[in-house]
Amino acid sequence: MTGLEVHSMEKNGVAVVHLRGYLDAHTAPDFEKVLRDLIDSDRVRLVVNLCDLHYIASAGVGVFMGFIEEVRNRGGDIKLAEPTDKVYRVFDLLGFHLLYEIFKHEDEAVGKYLRPPAARKRGKKS
Amino acid sequence: MSRPNVHYSLKLPGKTDNLELIRNFVSAVARKVGFGDDDISKIELSVDEACTNVIEHAHHRDARRDLDLAIKIDCEKLAVVVTDRGEGFRFKDVQVPDMKTYIAELRVGGLGIFLMKTLMDEVEYHSKPGLKNEIRMVKYLLKRKDSGKGKRVGPVRPKTRSAR
Repeated sequence: MTGLEVHSMEKNGVAVVHLRGYLDAHTAPDFEKVLRDLIDSDRVRLVVNLCDLHYIASAGVGVFMGFIEEVRNRGGDIKLAEPTDKVYRVFDLLGFHLLYEIFKHEDEAVGKYLRPPAARKRGKKS
Repeated sequence: MSRPNVHYSLKLPGKTDNLELIRNFVSAVARKVGFGDDDISKIELSVDEACTNVIEHAHHRDARRDLDLAIKIDCEKLAVVVTDRGEGFRFKDVQVPDMKTYIAELRVGGLGIFLMKTLMDEVEYHSKPGLKNEIRMVKYLLKRKDSGKGKRVGPVRPKTRSAR
């Protein structure tokens, strides 16, 4: 165990990255590398599943912040799913909901990419 | 019941590899003192941020330089002092960012002091240039009525969200 295990998989054309362990100044570069590799291979529709992430420090938060602009400029997004209460409290404190969509379930986050934009628009209006 | 003053200390190479050990040490002491999970998480994160700042900004990731951690507990509080002999900074000049602006501008880094000031009841920084720098953080076991702490500092949760 190196402190952080990062696994990525493809789900309906969406890259799902699963984090297990803790994300601090020591482990953040590992996560950063995985995201960099995904983005460099044009996989910019990303979901990060945080159900097994037990701790996050600002160095970990910085990884999400560091890529979001590039990913959105390329037509993608980083959506967050299933954060533990402890991690969610840090996101909440930092106002992360202003920048990221946070979902209770991974499938819901993946599904958000699959929904046609028109349907999303109609949904908003109703 | 009064608790005698107890002093714990830890000296270790200042490298990020040791952050987990530091968190475990601080959490164990905080739990022993009687803090609950929520406060332990706040203390753990604040100490992590202080040590990360030392490793990255004071020591410039030179792992040969030591990092000193001291924890003092008494009947009402836990105080953590992180000491380094690296490059100091003007603590008062570091502005706590407005998080809405911070997020909107997609800034990266610099959140450590915001977190420390937000999560701990007291944060002080003392620098003796060329000798040592100390950051001292205090958490009270019981919230003091006049401290103004314990209230939410960050942005409030939105009323409607698709999750959680």
